[in-house]
Amino acid sequence: MADTVTLAVTRYRPEQDAEPTVQTYEVPYRKDWVVLDALNYIKDRVDGTLSYRWSCRMGVCGSCGMMVNGEAKLTCATFLSHYKREPIRVEPLSYFPIIRDLVVDITDFLTKLKKVKPWIVREKEKPLAEGPSTLRPGSGQALLGTGEYRQTPEQLELYKQFSMCINCMLCYAACPVYGLEPSFLGPAVLALAQRYNHDSRDQAATERLERCSEHDGIWQCTFVGECSKVCPKNVDPAGAIQQYKLAGAVHWFQSLLLPWGTK
Amino acid sequence: MPMSNAAHPTPFHPKWYRRRVSVWWWLESWRYAKFVLRELTSLAVAFFAGLALWKIRAIAAGPEAYARFLERMQSPLFLLLNGVAFLFVLYHAITWFNLAPKAMTIRVRGARVPDWAIQAGNYLAWLVVSAVAVWVLRRG
Repeated sequence: MADTVTLAVTRYRPEQDAEPTVQTYEVPYRKDWVVLDALNYIKDRVDGTLSYRWSCRMGVCGSCGMMVNGEAKLTCATFLSHYKREPIRVEPLSYFPIIRDLVVDITDFLTKLKKVKPWIVREKEKPLAEGPSTLRPGSGQALLGTGEYRQTPEQLELYKQFSMCINCMLCYAACPVYGLEPSFLGPAVLALAQRYNHDSRDQAATERLERCSEHDGIWQCTFVGECSKVCPKNVDPAGAIQQYKLAGAVHWFQSLLLPWGTK
Repeated sequence: MPMSNAAHPTPFHPKWYRRRVSVWWWLESWRYAKFVLRELTSLAVAFFAGLALWKIRAIAAGPEAYARFLERMQSPLFLLLNGVAFLFVLYHAITWFNLAPKAMTIRVRGARVPDWAIQAGNYLAWLVVSAVAVWVLRRG
């Protein structure tokens, strides 16, 4: 077994480079090292000018997403031992503008995220003074709007999967639609819209559907399906979007047949 | 200072680099190539639909026209075209059924029906419809 491994890392220094270049680094090979460990080694021992984002190094914060051998990965969860051929290519996330080296600009994602109101929207908040909610006898269904908004495990189950998103944006880097149509709201934003649509406490599903049915929303998705494959949290944004399309189509038919019943 | 489109590096205004997406992006990885292939299968579906319309027109035009149509279908060109189109439609159908569970979430007593069950249901429905079609054709 080789005791070193070669990494081919994208460098882009805006003050001197017209476009990104590739720099190779040799780092010690350890079976228990992930790509992020190798980058940290480079930063500490070899070349302190290398820039990249990371924080938790345990797959929770979602900041160390990069392209490893062309595939969108959390570098904290991608072992060097997984790659047989050298050098291992480490590039910034695809389709995002590169600020420096492996650091990309994520403003676009954050701007789009706000557009779908990823929070619980209530028509009217009930005052806490009204006390905790009660369960409707026999049904296990919470009577909402009585101070506290309780949920049953079944109601939680409906959106829990989508709530696992850590905003790492690997799904954007894997989505050719986003690459070709930068206006597309994108996988994570639409999955997070579904996370709140399916929440029993939320009341803005119709509003979100109208927003997400616009030209930059669900219908842009051509179901490439790669977003779900690269997702480190099994959120399945591709599934979320297809289900959203189905819901949108049903809603459209309903509004056609019963114009008074959908508002 | 007026806003300028020409990006230049300052400590607070980094010069970004945006990569252009190549026209050949779908050839960079087998997974994307498979997706584009799946999209292209719609051409084969359209081809068969056109063929069906042509056939109906031939039937409406009388027995001689229909015989001419059948003869034309036996030419090597159409045999080849039909063979290729059939493979594409098969790929279309299989990928469609395999992806069906993504769009369909069916819950029975609160629990989500597993993906394989939805796929099996789709394939079963396909078999039943095909069997009925064969039965109708054989009878006539």
